Amino acid sequence: MLCSSRPVPAARRLLQGLTAGLALCLATLAGAQTLRIGLAEDPDALDPTMARSFVGRVVFASLCDKLFDIDEKLALVPQLATGYEWSADRRALTLKLRPGVLFHDGEKFDAAAVKFNIERHKNLMGSARRGELLPVTGVEVVDPLTVRLVLSAPFAPLLSVLSDRAGMMVSPKAAAGPQPFGARPVCAGPFKFTERVAQDRIVLERFANYWDKASIHFDKVIYLPIGDATVRLANLRAGQLDLIERVASSDVAALKSDSRIGVARITELGYQGLTINIGKSDLAQKNPLGRDPRVREALELSLDRAGIVQVAVDGEGEVGNQWVSPSNQFYVKSIPVPARNIARAKALLKEAGVPNPSFTMMTPTTSGDQKLAQVIQAMAKEAGFDIKIQATEFATTLNLAEKGQFEAYLLNWSGRTDPDGNLFNFHGCKQPLDYSGYCKAATDELLNQSRSAPDAAQRAKLFEQIAADVNRERPIIYLYHRHWLWAYNKKLTGLRTVPDGLIRVQGLKL
Amino acid sequence: MPAYFAKRLAAVIPTLILVTMMVFCLQQLLPGDPALVLAGEEQDPNVVAYLHRKMHLDEPLPVRYGYWIAGVLRGDLGESLRIQRPVRQLIAEKLPVTLELALLAMGIALIIGIPAGIVSAVYKGTAWDYLANVFALWGLSTPNFWLGILMILLFSVTLGWLPASGYISPWEDLRGNLAAMIMPAFVLGNAIAAILMRHTRSAMLQVLNADYVRTARAKGLSEPRVVLKHALRNALTPIITLGALEFGTLLSGAVLTEQVFSIPGFGKLIVDAVFNRDYLVVQGVVLFTATVYILLNLLADLAYFVVNPRMRG
Amino acid sequence: MRAANLAIAPVAAEQPQAGFSAGAHTVPAWRRLLRRRGAVLGLAVVVGFVLLALFAPWLAPYDPLATSWSVIRKAPSAHYLFGTDELGRDVFSRVIWGARASLLAGLVSVCISSLLGVPIGLLAGYAGGWTDALISRFTDAMLALPFLILAIALAAFLGPSLSNAMVAIGLSATPIFIRLTRAQVLAVKVEDYVEAARAIGNPHWRIALRHILPNILPPLIVQSTLSIAAAVIAEASLSFLGLGQQPPAPSWGSMLNTAKNYIDNAPWMAIWPGLSIFLLVLSFNLLGDGLRDALDPRHK
Repeated sequence: MLCSSRPVPAARRLLQGLTAGLALCLATLAGAQTLRIGLAEDPDALDPTMARSFVGRVVFASLCDKLFDIDEKLALVPQLATGYEWSADRRALTLKLRPGVLFHDGEKFDAAAVKFNIERHKNLMGSARRGELLPVTGVEVVDPLTVRLVLSAPFAPLLSVLSDRAGMMVSPKAAAGPQPFGARPVCAGPFKFTERVAQDRIVLERFANYWDKASIHFDKVIYLPIGDATVRLANLRAGQLDLIERVASSDVAALKSDSRIGVARITELGYQGLTINIGKSDLAQKNPLGRDPRVREALELSLDRAGIVQVAVDGEGEVGNQWVSPSNQFYVKSIPVPARNIARAKALLKEAGVPNPSFTMMTPTTSGDQKLAQVIQAMAKEAGFDIKIQATEFATTLNLAEKGQFEAYLLNWSGRTDPDGNLFNFHGCKQPLDYSGYCKAATDELLNQSRSAPDAAQRAKLFEQIAADVNRERPIIYLYHRHWLWAYNKKLTGLRTVPDGLIRVQGLKL
Repeated sequence: MPAYFAKRLAAVIPTLILVTMMVFCLQQLLPGDPALVLAGEEQDPNVVAYLHRKMHLDEPLPVRYGYWIAGVLRGDLGESLRIQRPVRQLIAEKLPVTLELALLAMGIALIIGIPAGIVSAVYKGTAWDYLANVFALWGLSTPNFWLGILMILLFSVTLGWLPASGYISPWEDLRGNLAAMIMPAFVLGNAIAAILMRHTRSAMLQVLNADYVRTARAKGLSEPRVVLKHALRNALTPIITLGALEFGTLLSGAVLTEQVFSIPGFGKLIVDAVFNRDYLVVQGVVLFTATVYILLNLLADLAYFVVNPRMRG
Repeated sequence: MRAANLAIAPVAAEQPQAGFSAGAHTVPAWRRLLRRRGAVLGLAVVVGFVLLALFAPWLAPYDPLATSWSVIRKAPSAHYLFGTDELGRDVFSRVIWGARASLLAGLVSVCISSLLGVPIGLLAGYAGGWTDALISRFTDAMLALPFLILAIALAAFLGPSLSNAMVAIGLSATPIFIRLTRAQVLAVKVEDYVEAARAIGNPHWRIALRHILPNILPPLIVQSTLSIAAAVIAEASLSFLGLGQQPPAPSWGSMLNTAKNYIDNAPWMAIWPGLSIFLLVLSFNLLGDGLRDALDPRHK
């Protein structure tokens, strides 16, 4: 601990400088470096099969390698799989695996391990991956480095699913060992699990046999969950952290003048939206907003999205009106973000016979959501809307949303690489996240077609039709896409900003 | 004495049973299906159903209580569904942190509170007394989360002297540990210091007028000797007993302090678990805290009884 | 809360100068109270806050809810005495309106806990036996749960709102009143005048209400005042955790909750609401101390 990388008081540092010990110390420091990352929350169980939180994925990025990864442009890049091939009928996906890969416990990674993992994802009690891999009906080991996934029907999002938790591979031997596995995960990532103190830290240490060890420049990664964004930033400024995720947008301006701290950003895959109950329960028919699409259109027209982004996230976001952001390749350009139009909004309300509609907006109690709610309230008021903000603790909002006991619900979604992940479960009839109660047979048909479509161009065409359908009904008024914001010690190089918001440790250097 | 002890102990058991029931009901009556919260963003129906089964949520309340209490009696507090760790292990992991915070806070409270109390009693009616009383009022009236925010603003943001939050194990780095703990310990100890000061003051005032102190004075002993040796020694017993009780208050007072300073102790464990609906964690931690509190009360009572046999509960 | 209770306990033990009627007590007590500078100061500040709360609509320079995108997080100035918040609202106006939530929370929750706690405590102390044992175990159990956790759980159970926070705080503080009342009743019950009242055949309810209650009022009044102080802090704590007063309605605690996110670049958002809580709580504490000294001449 003599050469701790934590700052030592200046006087002592000077004293050390006078001794020969410092040279030695620095030498060891260069060789034994620790990366400290401040997280916004404490992750849940670190088992890729069971894990359910976003923040857990941030930790997995250095703990568990996946079959594929995605890059800054959302393109698929090989990780544990080096290549893939679809069968002609698109009902089988053959994967070529990287040779010579070892798990943290020294076990070999091969086709049998992939088979084990996919089956574990599908069959383990309480698996959170089962839904993502539903179309996968079988896994065949072709040879030690070739594996084939057999599907019940073509499933376009599969590759992107395999570039997330469902593509993470754990050591079969360890998975059969002491339970729960999530308390001591054994994967094939660049760092292996050392220790976890709940709500305090997760310590990972370098895996000497990592297949891509040339890209790893740290001996240790420590993740420290610090819930308060201000405090997280204060720790970064004090030098106790090297990198933090989810910087508060209000702090960004002040960081510009700090020469030691850098800020990185990219538009998220997810969105911030207002979900409206249009058929989830009979409450939908009892208020003009849920009953009449014209009222919902008026609400959308009363909002100045750029203004909302300015106030709610200090400009750190991109306005949007669809489940993917305007910069995404699947954004439907024929339905652009509408400009604010109070006159038209008022006219629509008059047409609908409710010049002053009133509704309740269920809003989680976090201050960011409250702020957003208040901006919406103030803007919509100018068109005649009377919005009541019903602040509800997040846990309760989920329950009320599920039962349809709400009129409008401010909800954000962290997003998935494939648009299907932002779409299917939300607008498919009776899907788990279809809180609005949107249910159209035609849309369901299109959604299913988009899953089996052979190429991106055809999918884009189908998405355009879906967007037209959905935009007519407006079950969700999409507002904007936040920026993922990272702040880091400027000595840190190699930070890649990927829209999924995760931190790739490969290439990071201090 | 044994009779009294037996009587008190007999009262503790029904209290504990009631505590388990209250803890359980409070938790289970919370709105919001815990399975939905724990299921994460995707709300996968399979996962929700699995969590329902795992938590016995589809069974009636008394049955669920039965499951839990049967485990508790075997010393098994269950497992956190969020991070898949036994609750007992979480408690064992967090207890030293909160205990250290509480001990440091208590230390600060004793160092400030007792001398302040003595001074204000001995110099009753003077500016010193006035000052000590002002301090006590300050301590009792400051919301500790506000004090915490202000201290972070001053010592971390503006001056950059102390870390704004976090926790470092003392075994790993004692200086780092103390640097991280000093602000929260002060914030927490501040209010207790005020209470201790008041107790010390009133106990000292009573003792200073007692006959044996007057006798000591009459014998010509120096005033510091009278105060420190004769008066304080006699005043200390009730102070210490009350101090033991304040320890229970400290444990619960840590909730907001730990929240403000992101210290991974009991308070943060409970608050996060309440919001995450991690039932077994909340139940386990609250039950543990309550048990400690009840036992401390019992010990304080017994100590009082031993020192002062005239007192009867 | 527990602390306040303990601080009162010795007073309770020294209280047996019963037998005086409550009326004979009040006049000199008031005069004694007014002789104490701290208490008068406390009373004055409390009255000041009450006036502030009552006349908020006329005193606040701006609408506390009016947002203005052009003046977001502006430092205090002649226009905005305490600066503006993250939505461009006037912090000064919000602090004035916030007095309503805090005072209301303090008063209502103490009303709840005393209206529940005193009768139950009377019953326990007066009836004794099984009733007493049952109530006492229940009280012990409630007191063993950390006050704030109890309030958090209750507030989460009832749903976050100011009125629910008041109920939660009121319920959580009830056992203190039960315990204090019970202890007082036990001390007074054996007094001659109670025995006398019993001997001439007064019904129990009459003895409890006419003979016991008036004689145990002073410590209860003191406890109530100190409890208001604790309740104000508790409301602020719950609002700070997002379980009290809901936005956009102003409350000092929820203002602090937001302010902690801007401590770096808008510290004024944190300073004024916190200072207001401090001042109000301090005043109730001063008043409570003054009352204790005034109502109990033996406690110097």
